[in-house]
Amino acid sequence: MLEINNLHASVVDIENSEILKGINLKVGRGEVHAIMGPNGSGKSTLANVLMGRPDYLVTDGDVTLEGESILELRPDQRAHLGMFLAFQYPAEIPGVRPWQFLKAALDSKAESRGEDKMSVRNFSKLFDEKVEAVGINPNLVKRSLNEGFSGGEKKRNEMLQLEVLQPALAILDETDSGLDVDALRIVAEGVNSMRSPERSFIVVTHYQRLLNYITPDVVHILVKGKIVKTGGPELALEVEKDGYQEYLEAAGANA
Amino acid sequence: MMLATPPVAVEKFSGAYESLVAGSSDVPEWLKAVRQQGWVTFSELGLPTKRRGNELWKYTNLQPLAAADFAYSIGGSVTVDQIKAAGPWDDVWNTVVVVDGKFSAELSNLHDTAGLDAGSLAEAISTGKGDIESQLASLAGREEYAFTALSTAFIEDGAYLAIADGTELEQPIQVVFVTSSDAESRASYPRLVVDAGANTSIVLIETYLNLSGTAQFAAPVSELFAGDKSTIRHYRVQMENETSFHLSTARVRQMGDTNFISTTFSVGASIARNDVHTLLDAPGASCTLHGLYMTSGSQQQDQEISTTHAKPGCTSNQFYKGILSGKSHAVFSGKVVVMRDAQKSDATQKDLNLLLSRGAEIDAKPSLEIYADDVTAAHGATAGHVDKDTLFYLQSRGVDEEAAKAILVRGFAEEMLNEFEPKALNDFVERITDERIPVLLQQSDTIGTA
Ligand SMILES: Nc1ncnc2c1ncn2[C@@H]1O[C@H](COP(=O)(O)OP(=O)(O)OP(=O)(O)O)[C@@H](O)[C@H]1O
Ligand SMILES: [Mg+2]
Repeated sequence: MLEINNLHASVVDIENSEILKGINLKVGRGEVHAIMGPNGSGKSTLANVLMGRPDYLVTDGDVTLEGESILELRPDQRAHLGMFLAFQYPAEIPGVRPWQFLKAALDSKAESRGEDKMSVRNFSKLFDEKVEAVGINPNLVKRSLNEGFSGGEKKRNEMLQLEVLQPALAILDETDSGLDVDALRIVAEGVNSMRSPERSFIVVTHYQRLLNYITPDVVHILVKGKIVKTGGPELALEVEKDGYQEYLEAAGANA
Repeated sequence: MMLATPPVAVEKFSGAYESLVAGSSDVPEWLKAVRQQGWVTFSELGLPTKRRGNELWKYTNLQPLAAADFAYSIGGSVTVDQIKAAGPWDDVWNTVVVVDGKFSAELSNLHDTAGLDAGSLAEAISTGKGDIESQLASLAGREEYAFTALSTAFIEDGAYLAIADGTELEQPIQVVFVTSSDAESRASYPRLVVDAGANTSIVLIETYLNLSGTAQFAAPVSELFAGDKSTIRHYRVQMENETSFHLSTARVRQMGDTNFISTTFSVGASIARNDVHTLLDAPGASCTLHGLYMTSGSQQQDQEISTTHAKPGCTSNQFYKGILSGKSHAVFSGKVVVMRDAQKSDATQKDLNLLLSRGAEIDAKPSLEIYADDVTAAHGATAGHVDKDTLFYLQSRGVDEEAAKAILVRGFAEEMLNEFEPKALNDFVERITDERIPVLLQQSDTIGTA
């Protein structure tokens, strides 16, 4: 489904700011991949580059979705192809109500695919269902999008959007950080219930505890802009126990 | 002192003033005196210009107004359907319609509402209703201010509202000031007096419409008297055409424990200046002055908002939002004066702007003059652009850039739009905003600068 080949990326307008230094990654249809790595290693940058954030410049390599390069596509076009990013730090958007915004998002996706828009009634039903499923206070989503939300509420709101938009490839950037145990379970249940042979996930996390609930097919360790190790679920346990020191030293020696 | 510059453009108005005086033998003597005083003041001042070194007019260029010519005649022809199409309307409201400065009984929609006297200002003057003689031009017109002086010189008609003590009205009262669609450029002086008695509660909507495509000059003056313990929920909608000049003045005098809450929606005119002053003249008075302005093209919009805390224990809150595009220019001049006696005053001022183009300009000047020592005050002003992170957030969900920008601009306006509570009014300001946003975005070039 997703193939990343030798991806290099730096910050637009900043010289010598390369963050991603040759990433290679293949995510098959229906697979769940976990990406772990120390702070500042480039996990969020990778997630954002995949979604087309204009702050980053791809200097080498390619990213394909179902065999087609997506690097020239705008973020909204990538979303229309079924990509979704749950942000580590979701933006606060005053005056924009989640309901209206999500309806607009679904409508534009339908439009781009030449499909019929969902009726307001059906959408409302879906929305209310998902609000309940992710355990957001319904009064909260009547307010401005993320404005004044607590950290955990923002993450639940990302899950709400994920569940409403039902993407083919979901990238979750530390959606588990800052969550209490109940919320963590809600995120895990959300992912597990959406897990299907048709849908793939890239889950960025620092914690093994999320992976107790969501068993990944593959775990990658990202250090200093490179994937230094790939393995099965047991790799996450190892990291939890031993930390990243050995990888950092190896990467440092190579640099 | 060196030779003063001669007053500007007085001669453009003198012919009309002389014929008005010659043609009104039947008006009360006191009104003649009031008009005359207005005229004398105006002819000494002339139109304010930048070059006369007037601080209050530093940012507003009235050159185009001084260069134009306007005929004066009141009461053109307009239909109810035209008014309904151009502005907010609800049949259940009491609506007073004033066409080119003249009250129209046919166009007005008045229900027999107990405790409300709504109608013609000319009639109130000729029959000496209530305190009209002492109220008219008492808050606005005798001061050194060119447009209120000019308006006062031309007092003929307008709208008069009196609300009897203890009357609480659920449904709004709307006053529509409309300029007729006749081709010529006219001057009009829409005049409103509101006498709200003690313990009254009303919702008042002032609407300024323009059915003509030619440049019009309007100098509206509203004087509101808020009796003890009264509550006035006030709205103002300014929708003049984009070649027109709208120089309005609103003066509010608040008695004890009154609450005046005003929200302005100002989108029209080539040059618009809304000068609002509230006088907190007895303990426990509180005022909230809010507004939303949107400018594009080469529009100039100027919000001159001032509040005087004259007595102790009063609260004021000024909060405006602006959305600017094209080469437009807006001014927010918020002023709060706290007099020596006005201890325990609480005043806040805020002006937030969204700049959509490099050519657009905002001058935001909140200012405080405090002569008392026990005062809580806060003020702030910002001018920002559409935030690129929020834009990316929306885009990443599948909304294209244009739609995402529209959502963000609308989101910025939302909290002000929400203040327009009467349903028909809320629908109206939302519709106009949604129509305006694409125009603003078309002239936009600075999206995505953090
Ligand atoms: N827009 C940017 N401008 C400048 N530097 C950036 C930018 N984005 C990322 N960086 C830098 O690139 C590096 C990688 O950042 P990134 O956010 O991808 O790390 P991360 O692996 O997600 O870390 P964390 O675990 O703390 O979330 C950091 O040193 C960061 O400061
Ligand atoms: Mg990160």
